[in-house]
Amino acid sequence: MPPLRLNPTLFNRCRASSRPRLLRPALLPRFLAAQARWSSATTEPNQPDPDGGTQGAPSSQKHIKYTSESYPEIKRDSKFGGLSEKHVQYFKELLGTESAVIDGFSQDATDDLEPFNSDWMRKYKGHTKLVVKPGSTEEVSKVLKYCNYNMLAVVPQGGNSGLVGGSVPVFDEIVVNMSRMNKIRDFDEVSGTLVVDAGCILEVADHFLAEKNHIFPLDLGAKGSCQIGGNVATNAGGLRLLRYGSLHGNVLGIEAVLPDGTVMDDLSRLRKNNTGYDIKQLFIGGEGTIGIITGVSIQCPQRSKASNVAFFGLESFGKVQQAFCAAKGQLSEILSAFELMDGPSQDLVHRVTDKKRPLEGQHPFYCLIETSGSNPDHDSEKLESFLENVMGEEIVSDGVLAQDETQIQSLWSWREGIPECLGHWGGVYKYDLSIPLPELYKLVEDTRERLTSAGLVGDDETHPVVGVVGYGHMGDSNLHLNIATRRFDKEVENKLEPFVYEWIAKRNGSISAEHGLGLAKKAFIGYSRSETMIRLMKQIKELYDPNGIMNPYKYI
Amino acid sequence: MSTALKILVPVKRVIDYAVKPRVNSARTAIETAGVKHSMNPFDELSIEAAVRMRERGTPAVTDILALSAGPPKCVDVLRTAMAMGADRSIHVEISDAEVKEKGELEPLGVAKLLKSVVEKEERNLVILGKQSIDDDSNQTGQMLAGLLGWGQATQASKIEFEGDNVSVTREVDGGVETLRCPLPMVITTDLRLNEPRYASLPNIMKAKKKKLEKMTLQDFGVDDGRRLKTLKVEEPPARQGGGKVEDVDGMIKKLKELGAI
Repeated sequence: MPPLRLNPTLFNRCRASSRPRLLRPALLPRFLAAQARWSSATTEPNQPDPDGGTQGAPSSQKHIKYTSESYPEIKRDSKFGGLSEKHVQYFKELLGTESAVIDGFSQDATDDLEPFNSDWMRKYKGHTKLVVKPGSTEEVSKVLKYCNYNMLAVVPQGGNSGLVGGSVPVFDEIVVNMSRMNKIRDFDEVSGTLVVDAGCILEVADHFLAEKNHIFPLDLGAKGSCQIGGNVATNAGGLRLLRYGSLHGNVLGIEAVLPDGTVMDDLSRLRKNNTGYDIKQLFIGGEGTIGIITGVSIQCPQRSKASNVAFFGLESFGKVQQAFCAAKGQLSEILSAFELMDGPSQDLVHRVTDKKRPLEGQHPFYCLIETSGSNPDHDSEKLESFLENVMGEEIVSDGVLAQDETQIQSLWSWREGIPECLGHWGGVYKYDLSIPLPELYKLVEDTRERLTSAGLVGDDETHPVVGVVGYGHMGDSNLHLNIATRRFDKEVENKLEPFVYEWIAKRNGSISAEHGLGLAKKAFIGYSRSETMIRLMKQIKELYDPNGIMNPYKYI
Repeated sequence: MSTALKILVPVKRVIDYAVKPRVNSARTAIETAGVKHSMNPFDELSIEAAVRMRERGTPAVTDILALSAGPPKCVDVLRTAMAMGADRSIHVEISDAEVKEKGELEPLGVAKLLKSVVEKEERNLVILGKQSIDDDSNQTGQMLAGLLGWGQATQASKIEFEGDNVSVTREVDGGVETLRCPLPMVITTDLRLNEPRYASLPNIMKAKKKKLEKMTLQDFGVDDGRRLKTLKVEEPPARQGGGKVEDVDGMIKKLKELGAI
């Protein structure tokens, strides 16, 4: 995340001979783009690169394995109808403009369909022959009604930046892409309520809000390509969750289309509304399985005027927890991020980027703390007494405090750059987990021990695993366990699964904290949810989507 | 035995490099109220250069003095300078009201002030940023060298000591130029000189105890008369955004409209 905050400024004029530090992590994507074999399997998609383009946009997708081949146990459900000339004709007439339908049925459009068929990690690829891009809620309604009547399966798709294969088809499901519905409908400066179309890109909305001194309560690495509808449908978490809370709280209203074409207009702008079941919550994190979100109204907080970033080195995970408690206690309302990075993750970032480390010595753990508030003097005073305290009490071994915006961005790059750097050697096994805080890091140690004792970890080509690292949103008890590998290897996989899931289940954690279920985690939901819960979920699905046409083969 | 160095590093508080500057409503200056300020990036390089000289040890560095002239908030950048390794600092305070009335100090005024500080504090090396990123004058270092009658090496990308001589590499069109000059001298820094360090927490704490003297222009007897007048400040013309077309037909139509095909 973003490493995306560099503004062109005055200073650019004197950058003819620029020092590397000022280029910030932007160096990183370019460096990786040259080696992008599997690297994008781990990065956030479509990060801007220094040349103004994007990286992560898959370049040669010819060798992505079809999902149907990687998951041979999934069979196409024969209840779904096949595409016909008549169907394609209907959509073309309905949506009018030529650009709204990509027709691979009556002609060969393999290349045009490619970006809609496969995900940016190049892990999943479907066989769709048709992409429709409705431009209004009414058109979405007509599309779904028609599909439901004709038993045509559909996949709702936003920015296609998901990590679990939820936004691409498995077989020949019709892709309903929301990119044409990208308007900002309304913003009320007094209440901070923003109403947008589902296809509006997150960064566009955030820039719009920045002009009005507000901020979107969600921020994540893929902000330049992900769409708000998709964010809501997957209940995305990200970097601001600690401060602003989850979308379940911030989304005030949703307009969605049900499979039978019914438009569910619940685009409320009210913070309080205790009148009956709160149905919209089912769509938040529903991953497009009961309907398509077409519009969202969301509560946006005031943008902070002042922000500070400190970066610590700590001796043990115990000290990290102490630092977290101290930060909560002493910084309280201005604390906006508390991110954890372990030593090995920072070593790998250093190996890939060769950037100067923020701290001189090396430490087993690092933390990044961000504060945001409305009064710079007040914040600095608080932060200073906090820093004095944690240094004095020897909770942190060493630390630095960013003195300007450039340093703030540079320190963030040591956290945000991790996923990109891990992909440097080949593939990455990624686990996104919620774990009770005291045991958060133990999983990384246990996993590292398990793979090391199996002789899988090493510095040369004969060992598949480069390193086992842990990092994540400490403030939300959310750990990203990543295993950087030179190649995807069955033996490594067998050591990891179901080990990781069982470990999580024993501690009542979640096997998917913020990435969702999609296709990747569908089979493992049982480790986090009871049979009763899963049964109740299935009833909901049954009720809203009796024909099962919405995003089939995934979720639950 | 070479002469020990007594270094002066002037630092300026400017709008943060990463903040997009905006012209004020009266179009007389850049809007500074409520905008994040930091140390001029070139001055960070100067401090770093001075601190590295001390770390190298030959010649010995007796004292690194940081100086800033401006409103009360300049204390922040002096604290940063001291957290990075400056030994003490002087804040030549100019009240916000005075800045508002007369405008900021001009390069010549600053150079005269620095000359006086150099003499009073017996400096033999002044390291300045080649320019500040707000007014981009790139004049103070040169004027100071002129007033002092010292040698100058501007836009340094490398500084080496050979006895009492200083060898400075500077980047010029199509290559590098190396100057050798005896002390005392004035050096201005360029981007490739070094990579400034972060202010570490222990050093930030220590910096609080370092000496920070408050002085005024009168203490140095400097004529700070303004000779320049800003007539108008305007933003560059806004970039004309490109348009998007829906499909191929739309593009062909557009191109025909524009007479391109």
